Amino acid sequence: MSQKEIDKAVAGEYKLGFQVDIETDTVPPGLDEDTIRFISNKKNEPEWMRELRLKAFRKWQTMEEPHWAHIHYEPIDYQAISYYSAPKNPPKSLDEVDPKILEAYAKLGIPLEEQKQLQGIAVDAVFDSVSVKTTYTDELNKLGIIFCSISEAIHEHPALIKKYMFSVVAMNDNYFAALNSAVFTDGTFVYIPKGVRCPMELSTYFRINALGTGQFERTLIIADEGSYVSYNEGCSAPMRDENQLHAAVVELIAMKDAQIKYSTIQNWYPGDENGKGGIYNFVTKRGLCQGENSKISWTQVETGSAITWKYPSCILKGDNSVGEFYSVAVTTLAQQADTGTKMIHLGKNTSSTIISKGISAMKGQNTYRGLVKIGAHADGSRNYSECDSLLIGDQCGAHTFPYLECKDTKGHIEHEATTSKISDEQLFYLRQRGIKEEDAVSMIVHGFCKEVFSQLPMEYAVEAKALLNLTLEGSVG
Amino acid sequence: MMKIENLKADIGTKEILKGLDLTLEEGKVHAIMGPNGAGKSTLSKAIVGHYDVKITGGNIIYKGQSIVDMEPENRALKGIFLSFQNPVEIPGVNNAYFLRTALNAKRKHNGLAELNAAEFLRIMKGHLEGLGMKADMISRSLNEGFSGGEKKRNEILQMLILEPDVIILDEIDSGLDIDALRAVSEGINKMKDGKRSFLVITHYSRILDYIKPDYIHVLKNGRIIKTAGPELVAKLEAEGYESIEEEIR
Ligand SMILES: Nc1ncnc2c1ncn2[C@@H]1O[C@H](COP(=O)(O)OP(=O)(O)O)[C@@H](O)[C@H]1O
Ligand SMILES: [Mg+2]
Repeated sequence: MSQKEIDKAVAGEYKLGFQVDIETDTVPPGLDEDTIRFISNKKNEPEWMRELRLKAFRKWQTMEEPHWAHIHYEPIDYQAISYYSAPKNPPKSLDEVDPKILEAYAKLGIPLEEQKQLQGIAVDAVFDSVSVKTTYTDELNKLGIIFCSISEAIHEHPALIKKYMFSVVAMNDNYFAALNSAVFTDGTFVYIPKGVRCPMELSTYFRINALGTGQFERTLIIADEGSYVSYNEGCSAPMRDENQLHAAVVELIAMKDAQIKYSTIQNWYPGDENGKGGIYNFVTKRGLCQGENSKISWTQVETGSAITWKYPSCILKGDNSVGEFYSVAVTTLAQQADTGTKMIHLGKNTSSTIISKGISAMKGQNTYRGLVKIGAHADGSRNYSECDSLLIGDQCGAHTFPYLECKDTKGHIEHEATTSKISDEQLFYLRQRGIKEEDAVSMIVHGFCKEVFSQLPMEYAVEAKALLNLTLEGSVG
Repeated sequence: MMKIENLKADIGTKEILKGLDLTLEEGKVHAIMGPNGAGKSTLSKAIVGHYDVKITGGNIIYKGQSIVDMEPENRALKGIFLSFQNPVEIPGVNNAYFLRTALNAKRKHNGLAELNAAEFLRIMKGHLEGLGMKADMISRSLNEGFSGGEKKRNEILQMLILEPDVIILDEIDSGLDIDALRAVSEGINKMKDGKRSFLVITHYSRILDYIKPDYIHVLKNGRIIKTAGPELVAKLEAEGYESIEEEIR
């Protein structure tokens, strides 16, 4: 099989690249304090929120864009971005949601109409800068679960927001987090009360539609003592020649005996094979295992974006708390991903697991960057890390940067890393048994990702597998 | 069943097969014997369309059709099966899932309904016992961490399930202890139905005590230099390949 044939197979067509024509309320490009006030006013925010945004903005102005990651891109002109775009006439009920938006979500496989809603999955649909619809809220309310847009939470649950927003990711944590803190437009808020096991998957679907805008969403999930929640996010964007910035912040807090399972299927537009267009995905995700025996699991399947810069992390503060990171990152075309995790062990007997699978094809560059830190008081803590890279073809690259810091001499860190190629021999073996070359590639890749996919909730595992096939479609002739 | 005519083939820039003629008859067991490096594996690879082998001349006619330009998967779907000398390991790919995918590809090709997991397991269970394979072997990753003997049994399992028409066994006997050799041979003998053709590649005569060949072909320097009945085995055993060469001269 020739490299060209492999490449063709690897670079599946982006199937979610459509754009819908709707009337929007879009602020002109540019960023200054007035922009912040404009956003805050649009959202009818209380004074305290506006002040927090302005504070974040002033901090951001003193900061510098970081360049330590193994990625290369043209400088971002922050004044050329529009920081707010919303469908005109924000809907008060589903009947008022622009049918074109409903249609757009239906096309993405996410019906929002009452009678068609996905079984067992509550969805918050975020379209450009605003949440257009959250489903199943009544059922969840009965259990005391709050599942709403972050804008609504600022109005309805100010005490929780004031207490927890910026508590895990400080507003000046890093350049992109600071920018987000200043201009975030919407996102999801979840609160699970004590002892409640959330009976359905909670899910947010982010869609960038408008041209020349950035998306800056913010998600905050609080799992109170003894509660459990499984939350999923998905995303996509139209195909465009210019790059669009996506800088999100996600904060998770798990109290004593609580568990949060956070799964991401990231499918932003990746750009073309020459690196033209695509989303710049600079994301800060961090979870705090605040209480004893708490657990936070991050599972991510990253197939999209021109650039991915993200390190979903866990701060294991409570004794016996557990952090997990399961990741599949695929870079094809000219995509670049620098992703990984940080596991910060502070409590006693904390444990963490890192399973990272990087797949590179065509001119894709895939970097794993991970930090495992075992603090001086984290007696008996342990980490297991496994970072595997799979190369398809010889123009792509895989890089691994594990950083280990162990202040507690009794801590235990185990790290394994492998790099392999889909060998012609493996492909041939499967073909000799009558399996088409394309199916053979997909079988090998799925085998490689198995440990991660098995962590996803069932419905999403199916989606992730299909997405991987699409991304790698044509990788063989 | 299959006719190989004046086949010339290179590996890299080196000519390995230098005008090889061989006819596989329906329902017959053909043994190919020859010293190391003679080109036995190259012949088997040429038949299944392996990427290492470049055919530079001659032809392979199978069921009345030239297959030299056919994709490997299509040759397989048409009934050609190779038990590899060194089966490759594929991590994370579940053995049973792989087998079912292969079987269903073949069934689809033949216009049959695909089998669901339960139907498939029933078929497979029957074969496992006969091969002396532990049940967990099919839930493990394909060939990963299998011992040499387990890999060979797994090749035979695939053969039994896929029910091919031409079965090429490249050194199926190498590295097998006596129990494994017996189990593997039994599996192979089960496939004899008077129609299927077998090409048994070996450089030991041991396996031929279990799988009775109809013809012995001696392959040396990229050609079949002698074809005879099973009685040739004893002579080869006693006198070696040199004697045949001298005899020909
Ligand atoms: N991949 C390869 N690259 C280079 N030479 C090879 C390769 N495979 C086989 N050969 C050479 O081709 C010749 C025939 O090999 P092979 O067909 O494997 O012999 P046999 O199976 O009869 O022992 C040998 O000289 C061997 O070294
Ligand atoms: Mg050989």
